[in-house]
Amino acid sequence: MADNALLDIKNLRIEATVYPPGEDPQDVVIVDDVSLQLEKGKVLGLIGESGAGKSTIGLSSMGYGRGGVRITGGEVILNGTDILTGGVRGLRKVRGKEVCYVAQSAAAAFNPAHKLMDQVIEAAIEHGVASRAEARKRAVTLFGKLGLPDPEHIGQRYPHQVSGGQLQRVMTAMALCSQPDLIVFDEPTTALDVTTQIDVLAAIKEAIRDTGVAALYITHDLAVVAQVSDHIMVLRNGKKVEYGTAEQIINDPHEEYTRALVSVRSIAHEEKKPTETPILSVKHVTASYGGGITVLKDVSVDIHEGQTLAVVGESGSGKSTMARAITGLLPPSEGEITFDGRTLSRRLDQRTKNDLRELQMIYQMADVAMNPRQTVATIIGRPLEFYFGLRGKERDRRIGELLDEIEMGTGFADRYPAELSGGQKQRVCIARALAAKPKLIICDEVTSALDPLVADGILKLLLNLQKIENVAYLFITHDLATVRAIADSIAVMFQGKVVRYGPKSQVLSPPFDDYTDLLLSSVPEMQIGWLEKALANRKMESAGN
Amino acid sequence: MIKRIPLAALIGLFFTALYFFAAIFAPLIAPYGMAEVVGDVWEPASAQHWLGTDNIGRDLLTRMIYGGRTTIFIATAATILSFSLGAVLGFTAAVLGGWADQFLSRVVDLVMSIPSLILALVILSVTPVTVPVLVVIMGLLDSTRVFRLARAVAVDINVMDYVEAAKLRGEGRRWIIFREILPNALSPLVAEMGLRFIFMVLFISTLSFLGLGVQPPMADWGGIVKENKDGIVYGIGAALWPAVAIATLAISVNLVADWVLNRTTSLKGGRGG
Amino acid sequence: MGVALKLVAQRFALGLLLLFLVSVLIFVGTLILPGDVAQSILGQSATPEALANLRRDLGLNEPALARYLSWLGGVFHGDLGTALTSGQDIATTLGRRLGNTLFLAFWAAVISVPLAIFLGLLAVRYRDRWPDKLISAVTLASISIPEFLIGYVLMYFVGVKLGWAPTVATIYDGMSIWQKLQTIALPVAVLTLVVLAHMMRMTRAAILNVMQSAYIETAELKGLTTFKVIWRHAFPNSIAPIVNVVMLNLAYLVVGVVVVEVVFTYPGMGQYLVDHVSKRDLPVVQACGLVFAGVYIGLNMVADIVSILSNPRLRHPK
Repeated sequence: MADNALLDIKNLRIEATVYPPGEDPQDVVIVDDVSLQLEKGKVLGLIGESGAGKSTIGLSSMGYGRGGVRITGGEVILNGTDILTGGVRGLRKVRGKEVCYVAQSAAAAFNPAHKLMDQVIEAAIEHGVASRAEARKRAVTLFGKLGLPDPEHIGQRYPHQVSGGQLQRVMTAMALCSQPDLIVFDEPTTALDVTTQIDVLAAIKEAIRDTGVAALYITHDLAVVAQVSDHIMVLRNGKKVEYGTAEQIINDPHEEYTRALVSVRSIAHEEKKPTETPILSVKHVTASYGGGITVLKDVSVDIHEGQTLAVVGESGSGKSTMARAITGLLPPSEGEITFDGRTLSRRLDQRTKNDLRELQMIYQMADVAMNPRQTVATIIGRPLEFYFGLRGKERDRRIGELLDEIEMGTGFADRYPAELSGGQKQRVCIARALAAKPKLIICDEVTSALDPLVADGILKLLLNLQKIENVAYLFITHDLATVRAIADSIAVMFQGKVVRYGPKSQVLSPPFDDYTDLLLSSVPEMQIGWLEKALANRKMESAGN
Repeated sequence: MIKRIPLAALIGLFFTALYFFAAIFAPLIAPYGMAEVVGDVWEPASAQHWLGTDNIGRDLLTRMIYGGRTTIFIATAATILSFSLGAVLGFTAAVLGGWADQFLSRVVDLVMSIPSLILALVILSVTPVTVPVLVVIMGLLDSTRVFRLARAVAVDINVMDYVEAAKLRGEGRRWIIFREILPNALSPLVAEMGLRFIFMVLFISTLSFLGLGVQPPMADWGGIVKENKDGIVYGIGAALWPAVAIATLAISVNLVADWVLNRTTSLKGGRGG
Repeated sequence: MGVALKLVAQRFALGLLLLFLVSVLIFVGTLILPGDVAQSILGQSATPEALANLRRDLGLNEPALARYLSWLGGVFHGDLGTALTSGQDIATTLGRRLGNTLFLAFWAAVISVPLAIFLGLLAVRYRDRWPDKLISAVTLASISIPEFLIGYVLMYFVGVKLGWAPTVATIYDGMSIWQKLQTIALPVAVLTLVVLAHMMRMTRAAILNVMQSAYIETAELKGLTTFKVIWRHAFPNSIAPIVNVVMLNLAYLVVGVVVVEVVFTYPGMGQYLVDHVSKRDLPVVQACGLVFAGVYIGLNMVADIVSILSNPRLRHPK
């Protein structure tokens, strides 16, 4: 073991100085007494929610601290030397040569002013690993291996001329180009759509296997990390929770927290049968933005009382536009929307107060969905006042009830949004929607910005409220796991059209259309070896065709 | 909500208050009459005349106090004009959008394509130079800057989800402007108000110095420089006192504005939570 | 290249349009304002005949549009009319004065631009340490004092008390370049101080903005030396913002020049303008206003064009 140890981090402690407004600066511990070992050619997954310190640990293996972050204790031994003792010069020799880095957002990590090729080979030339010609040749080979189109010439493009998924692969090629011993992958697929993610993930995995490089793979998605890692370390609040082989962590987690992460989104939800008449019926709706680009093409869906319609699709599929068309924010150019038996005006300003009350909306970013200058009581109280004319004690009583319903309690009434956590903010937004006693709530990616466990809590709350209030949801999301958890019926959207629509059981069972098949087979499952299976299935299918 | 006030802001508040106090109660504080000749030309500082006397033998401290009164009064009036006009038009442009926004923004672009001092000089070449005219010219020219800021801030807020949520709730335009947008736009605007005020002080002083602002015998800080500048070559520093006054006032207001702005950003909670 | 060129052409056309509209604004602005021009030139005691004569001379009896067009026509031929007060040809005087002003502004720019960029870089390098704090304190102080007072403070201490430089900057044709430079030492120093603070602060902000980009982190994680990180990765992306800063400040210099010339009785355009505003010599004021606005608009246009040309997204469209 010791002979093979490439990276040996011992008792790492990392601190940062924070500047709370109006108070003196404070030092906070971000990573506390974390040790890990990585053998040559192996992959270690670092997993945790935001604030777990996983990226910070990853960067510490390059001796790097982002924005005022300092390594204040421990050793980082790479190839037998403690890189923290070598000073800046020592670190420079290590970075880009022995350890390379792949960032989450390749779009930001590439310099917009230079061609891709110049950036890809820069580190190799700088460290004298290869001559310019050799490095170029190697880069082209890597481009091909990573499945980039036109590997001979893609290097001549500028970063903005290449798509996000491709840039992520170019960045991987950049990391591999100087033949390092270790690559730090920092959420390399998080910003990508699922159907792109699977390809990039496969390309990364293959490249790791072929080159024999070791890797630290950082992500918040356990299902993703299970596909590429040999070992997994679970982190929380800068401390190690559990460490083990990927198989042990997924199939036999020891710690409570790990078990929660593994079983996330396993909410069981029985599909309800559609009622006679839908509460909301969207018929042949077409909508376009000012420029005349049609983003919604002939869309028809129904939502039934007390049930959930999930609208799934990737970025640009038109799913959020559907919500805007239904609310009247973007008046449709064609089609009809009926709500509770009556036809809704296309335009928001022509709708009655009752129409508006019965159709509420919850947003993705709870941060900006609440006025930072209003207290929770004002935020929840305004719809009560506005729609029902409630004032004074009556209003306060109802606010209290709503706060109880979202499992927060009256103690939060006088808080400002900035004083709440991400999950609490989203709960307050739910309470604001409920206050109107709506028949339908449009939920636009309401859990996408939250950590998995928090998101799980929100989903459970929504399901529970549906039972109590008999409210229907139009649930917009890109995440199929969420859909499975809460939907009664599903509409799959692609390029502005509904490509598949029906009850959940039917939509999620074969035979599939091409796009739904691609989408479903791209969602990582919490299962070792899922990636290989998914890719093998695809190859079989394309061979069959 | 109330945070400790940092020392720098306290100092700023103290001096700002002191200057405004002196401006308001000038006749009670000043040791002599504004245009009263009480001594020789350019007497050095003494117990009777703390700052000495000016180019025709008036008490310089008295001139400075009355000068501050004029300068601060004009700057305040012009700031109020520039703010009410700029903020109202800026908000209106942002909320209405479309044609009205385009028109107002292009007019502002045009006016701002000429340096304000040059435009002010061109206008002053045909108008009478009186205090109301100066206030109107300065206020109008400067309202273009306020307009841009107010519009930008309001446009940013107007696209926030919480404003959209209010629109979906069916709230009227009044609620949206006064309850959703204004409370969030106020603090950057108040901070900007401090900067505009300083700019006005510098502007009116410059005009007076050029002989195109406040006319004698009325005292103002720019005018005091003009009256006493010939003394400089003889080593008489009377003309430099306004520099001290303007600089301390400007720095004080700056410190207060900085504090207001910092407090705002912290309130927004930005990355918090 | 097509997209960028098109944008540059558009920006150029916009500059011309602005200049035209400004000429209208200056002309109309001096016409529609309350107050009789002839009256304000001659004063309250003027006889009716004198007023009528002046109105005729000024062409005030003709319709406004006709007067504007003939004025504009003259401007195109380099004929700016004659000064009311002296009867001299404005174009000739203005040409000489403009030359002097540009001479002054040129030297101020030559000193302040490199100095400001250097100090801005220094502030970034020692961010939040004492050089940075000192620089921002000086900035705060210097934007809090009007230009003319900086002028007198320097004149008093450097010119009078220390006797290092002449307090009056009168230059004339017979002087050698060296004598001229000695004469304008103080005004150049004042102008430098005035723009230095702004330029330094804006340069600092522009570079900091670039240095915080993710691609700088990428470069650092490649193990490049600090010099290479800055030269290869920060610099190409900083050109546009820095040129912008420089142009904005040169435009600011144009305004500063007016006041500084008056302080040091320097025979440039600024003094020419201020003198004739007091004398209410409208043709001179209009001509000067137009030239100042033209320089200002031109500099802003150059800044925009540079940022268009240095944007890789526009130079290499998809």
